[in-house]
Amino acid sequence: MKLQAAVLGTGQTHHTTRRTDVSIAGLCREAIDRAMADAETSWDQIDAVVLGKAPDLFEGVMMPELFLADAIGATGKPLLRVHTAGSVGGATGIVASSLVRSGVHKRVLAIAFEKQSESNAMWALSINPPFTMPLGAGAGGYFAPHMRAYIRRSGAPQHIGAMVAVKDRRNGSRNPFAHLRQPDITMESVQASPMLWDPIRMDETCPSSDGACAMVIGDVAAAKASSRPVAWIHATAMRTEATFFAGKDHVNPQAGRDAAAALWKDAGITDPLKEIDAAEIYVPFSWFEPMWLENLGFAPDGTGWKLTEAGDTEIGGRLPVNPSGGVMCSNPIGASGLLRFAEAAMQVMGRAGDHQVPDARKALGHAYGGGSQFFSMWVVGAAPLA
Amino acid sequence: MEVAVIGFAQAPNQRHGQTTTNGVEMLVPLFQELLTSRGLSRKDIGFWCSGSSDYLAGRAFSFVTAVDAIGAWPPTMESHVEMDAAWALYEAWVKLLTGEADTALVYGFGKSSAGNLRRVMALQLDPYLVAPLWPDSVSIAALQARLGMQAGLWSEKEMADVAVRSRAAALSNPAAQISGHVNVEDLLSQPFVADPLRAHDCAPITDGAAAVLLATGDRARELCERPAWITGFAHRVDTQNIGLRDLTTSVSAAKAAADANVDGIDVAEIHAPFTHQDILLRNAMGLDSSVVMNPSGGALCGNPMFAAGLARIGSAATEIMAGRAGRALGHATSGPALQQNLVCVLEGR
Repeated sequence: MKLQAAVLGTGQTHHTTRRTDVSIAGLCREAIDRAMADAETSWDQIDAVVLGKAPDLFEGVMMPELFLADAIGATGKPLLRVHTAGSVGGATGIVASSLVRSGVHKRVLAIAFEKQSESNAMWALSINPPFTMPLGAGAGGYFAPHMRAYIRRSGAPQHIGAMVAVKDRRNGSRNPFAHLRQPDITMESVQASPMLWDPIRMDETCPSSDGACAMVIGDVAAAKASSRPVAWIHATAMRTEATFFAGKDHVNPQAGRDAAAALWKDAGITDPLKEIDAAEIYVPFSWFEPMWLENLGFAPDGTGWKLTEAGDTEIGGRLPVNPSGGVMCSNPIGASGLLRFAEAAMQVMGRAGDHQVPDARKALGHAYGGGSQFFSMWVVGAAPLA
Repeated sequence: MEVAVIGFAQAPNQRHGQTTTNGVEMLVPLFQELLTSRGLSRKDIGFWCSGSSDYLAGRAFSFVTAVDAIGAWPPTMESHVEMDAAWALYEAWVKLLTGEADTALVYGFGKSSAGNLRRVMALQLDPYLVAPLWPDSVSIAALQARLGMQAGLWSEKEMADVAVRSRAAALSNPAAQISGHVNVEDLLSQPFVADPLRAHDCAPITDGAAAVLLATGDRARELCERPAWITGFAHRVDTQNIGLRDLTTSVSAAKAAADANVDGIDVAEIHAPFTHQDILLRNAMGLDSSVVMNPSGGALCGNPMFAAGLARIGSAATEIMAGRAGRALGHATSGPALQQNLVCVLEGR
């Protein structure tokens, strides 16, 4: 029998383009303080700290967890630093949960951050490593052809991307921590925004954010001692494939399919569309919603866009996707994955406020990174896994 | 759940390796050597975990290209730490304890020659208050060495003794970058690099990589005649603020050693990039004079950044697997002046 673990509490910062009011340490601590209070946990109960963030070049500090040791409460404790590209926030939650599920620790603090205003992520991503074609175009230029291929392959109508953008930005307006809060956004305004990387328009891309997310993960005893609902971790999955190889499917990567299949199996889920009540999926560009719906097995190949078009992914629909507004509303890159995992937990704990999906019992948190090659995901539930 | 080290391989430690910064050229032959030695193929590995640094490579996502060395197709279960790969080994150990995999391959790589190492390492410091002053890694270690000398904890001669012992031991290690018979008088006649440190007190700048194979219970016994069972594994971090620490000892190393239980150790492979740190760590971890220190020569004879800590654990495990030791420890460090420390205790049965 595997040991179980649960999210005891979560916290996040207000996300915005430039958090000039705080240092990197202050940014992390803001999320941590909220998570510790939400988890009813004191510092002497924390056995270890796991910090995740995307490339160090994003802030210009090598292994910042070292200078942050005091601020994140790690001094005198074990400290791990995870880095698995854009999926790192998810990987941070999974590593922290493994520390509990292995029986090594009882309570672990996970913290992920990005303070993008310290540097310029787009150009940090556009370096010229040896023997690799330079992109010079940031993430949008890299992923746009994959979306174009998806549209061609699935026959999805052009307005799907705009629909996702409108839904996510309106959802974000219900989330007090979101960077972009646009209750008045319309299909017309999205479609009138400038084309950046065809088919991605300005309003169909994520912002560049400063932000952090933290959570406390505890063992069964800690979960049972909590006076408030916890989010039981039913299953986790991570899969990796190479960036480029002959036959790679950039639209529907096998690593994502494999991770999802393993996840549903371990969580005892046979029909994810029916059994999952809310999904926080890593959608940095609007077109990734239908793509990942297929990759995750919520819809057969070529039909993910139909869920979006039918309104099934709105709050109140069959599968609310990114009720928090998701990455489309806040993208502190290294923290974005942990935000997805935390928002999934908040849904099943009933603590998602104005963006709460009514009666959410099981939720998905998802992240991906690199050239659509690193995937991390989990399922959390209001009750322990039977 | 029992977990053991069942294999270790390392690339030659070189001042300038004929390799790119992404590690692939060093890692492919290492994986081949390691897997072949246990009759495995890459598809048999349940979990891969690595340690490396983007700043050392001078680029974002250096570990992503290293995944090519795995040949991650079909997709694999894989993770990465931006730390010495000794901590990747820790993550893999935890993963095996959860029962989600029964074998793991852990690797680390670093091309330290790609930049000005001591200045690159200065970027680990507080970016607001300390890093702008550019205190480099050797200078910070020199401050630590000086404090210990003033406290009477070690002398220049005792530091040179460590170098003499390490280089002689490295004669039996074909991967070592530096080895040989030298005497204390000759070493002490050399000029300072950063007073009170001389060249022999400092680890060389090294390009290299290391890989370790882990397996659980019966799988380990089936693949290896004498597995090196992990009986204790712990790590701790101290504050980075060197003004708030007693630099003449290491609280985190002492705690990690106590947690991992280092009683009855025969052999210790200590990751000490400076001679005085060999003495400091030995004192902090409470290792007595009967313990054989660094039979591989240690980091002073080859210090591939982000792989050297893993190589210490691999070297300690090799002593067990070869039957030369019953109980051994491997240690890794990270951060300025031994800020973070990890201890892995291994046992033969």
